[in-house]
Amino acid sequence: MAEAVTDDGFVVFDRVQKSYDGETLVVKDLNLSIAKGEFLTMLGPSGSGKTTCLMMLAGFETATHGDIRLGGQPINNIPPHKRGIGMVFQNYALFPHMTIAENLAFPLEVRKMGKSEREEKIKRALDMVEMGSFGGRRPSQLSGGQQQRVALARALVFEPELVLMDEPLGALDKQLREKMQFEITDLAHNLGITTVYVTHDQTEALTMSDNVAVFDDGRIQQLAPPDLLYEKPENSFVAQFIGENNTLEGVVTEISGDTCVVRLDDGEELDATPINVSKVGERTKVSIRPERVEYNKERLQEGAHTLRAEVLEFIYMGDIFRTRLRVAGNDEFIIKTRNAPDVERLTPGQQIEIGWLPQDCRALDA
Amino acid sequence: MALPPYASTGQRVWHYTFRVICGLIFFFLIAPIVVVIPLSFNSQDFFTFTKEMLSLDPAGYSLKHYRDFFSNPDWQDALWNSVKIAPAATLLSVSLGTLAAIGLSQPHVPARRAIMATLISPMIVPLIISAAGMYFFYSRIGLAGTYWGVVLAHAALGIPFVIITVTATLVGFDRSLTRAAANMGADPVTTFFRVQMPLILPGVISGALFAFITSFDEVVVVIFVGSAKQQTLPWQMFTGLREQISPTILAVATILVVISIALLTTVELLRRRSERLRGMSPG
Repeated sequence: MAEAVTDDGFVVFDRVQKSYDGETLVVKDLNLSIAKGEFLTMLGPSGSGKTTCLMMLAGFETATHGDIRLGGQPINNIPPHKRGIGMVFQNYALFPHMTIAENLAFPLEVRKMGKSEREEKIKRALDMVEMGSFGGRRPSQLSGGQQQRVALARALVFEPELVLMDEPLGALDKQLREKMQFEITDLAHNLGITTVYVTHDQTEALTMSDNVAVFDDGRIQQLAPPDLLYEKPENSFVAQFIGENNTLEGVVTEISGDTCVVRLDDGEELDATPINVSKVGERTKVSIRPERVEYNKERLQEGAHTLRAEVLEFIYMGDIFRTRLRVAGNDEFIIKTRNAPDVERLTPGQQIEIGWLPQDCRALDA
Repeated sequence: MALPPYASTGQRVWHYTFRVICGLIFFFLIAPIVVVIPLSFNSQDFFTFTKEMLSLDPAGYSLKHYRDFFSNPDWQDALWNSVKIAPAATLLSVSLGTLAAIGLSQPHVPARRAIMATLISPMIVPLIISAAGMYFFYSRIGLAGTYWGVVLAHAALGIPFVIITVTATLVGFDRSLTRAAANMGADPVTTFFRVQMPLILPGVISGALFAFITSFDEVVVVIFVGSAKQQTLPWQMFTGLREQISPTILAVATILVVISIALLTTVELLRRRSERLRGMSPG
């Protein structure tokens, strides 16, 4: 992802670098283009540079190098209060000394909007998040979920074209979080706003976004829609970070077009799809998703590659079975099977044969 | 703190000794102030309790020292000077101290600790040294013996209090609130007055109170820096004590104590009310 961005998106990061101390780069070479109306998630472990990118877009941090453009205009030299970007903060950042209605009125008042127009917009925004009857309360009188809704309404009330969200659901419990995920995406799509969402929760990223940018080490490791990201990771970081993943290590012995042969460390050979391995003799990590592994011989598809495995642990999880195997010396090989009447339940110690299609088996960088 | 039933003899003895010690400390702090109050109603021109006073005879008491305070032009001028100087010094301390505290709370300011220590130093350096220094400095620039000279000197003494109280409130201040305000389109000045100031107001008020009291009962610096025209109440009391030993001083002291208590109470009530309104502490 190192090539410069040439197309003109609504939000563009063009070769952006950021360093806090003048020595180490927190953001190394960021090129990203976000289309109007797109819901983009920046996903990554803490310290990967995703929040720094959001802060640069909001204007609270300045880029050390490179350009950030909004609607075609460079915004590096525009102070935060003139950017007109809505933002939902991690801790909501509601003003504790103002009522909910006063909180929502704030962005409208600083824009010198008339009272009647203001009240109408506040009402509409509060109704939108189903908080219409809470205008007179203070933030401390609301629950976390309610504060979250108010923060969302406040970020949207002045009708910005771009809204930034910095892990807005981090403090909520699981059920509320799932409900809010749905509501936020719904609102964003209905209003046609461009959204940049930062999270370290991959489920959130996969369920909410049009596109996900996976950050690590100050770079975007992969930018793709959720399904591609999960099914076709382009490097081993993304494969490991998104979802559960099995890794077998080995050396590439043959490459021809879109297939390659990998000799695993215990001597077994298997067919795989080369993704970012380029030459024979290179070390590689082969990645296989747990649900793509099959152990029922009748269901194994034509061309599937098989390996011997020993069952180490069988966990009943209700809707699925999660089985831990030893495969080619790897004790942490996980397979997931849907709980169906005709599926065999494995027992520890059992010797089985597992298999998968070469296209589900991706040879990535070691 | 009741004594538990299983307390040993040693614990019992300590329990009561502890209470006696607390009482003694309290007495040590309060006695000099309390003694002054009945003495100020003395009908004699002495600093002693007379026989009539001790037997609670009404004839032993009078308001003559209070009448003297309110009619004597020396005392009236002094009162007026104090009333002119203290609020101006307070205003200056609060404005500069609050700005300094906010500036010094920004993590990117270089040498924050050194700057802070310098600003706090008037509180630590012996007053007589500050006073002498100010005298020489202000004489050079023509401020010695002027109203503004005294105001500036008192403001310098009040600033440390404001910095300390405002810094304490800023510790709990959430930076994302000012960011949120900026994000919603408020320029830095609007953000300061609409978001930051209301939230740190309790600290600002406490600081203002300390600054006011500092100026109101300061005597060393005003003697050095001021002239006869800036003779404040404490200065007048000091001269009174040295030159005429009139119990009017006791009447003035009583009035000052009452004013201080009233001020402290009002400000504390105001502060609690604003904290409650701002939803920061449960009502």
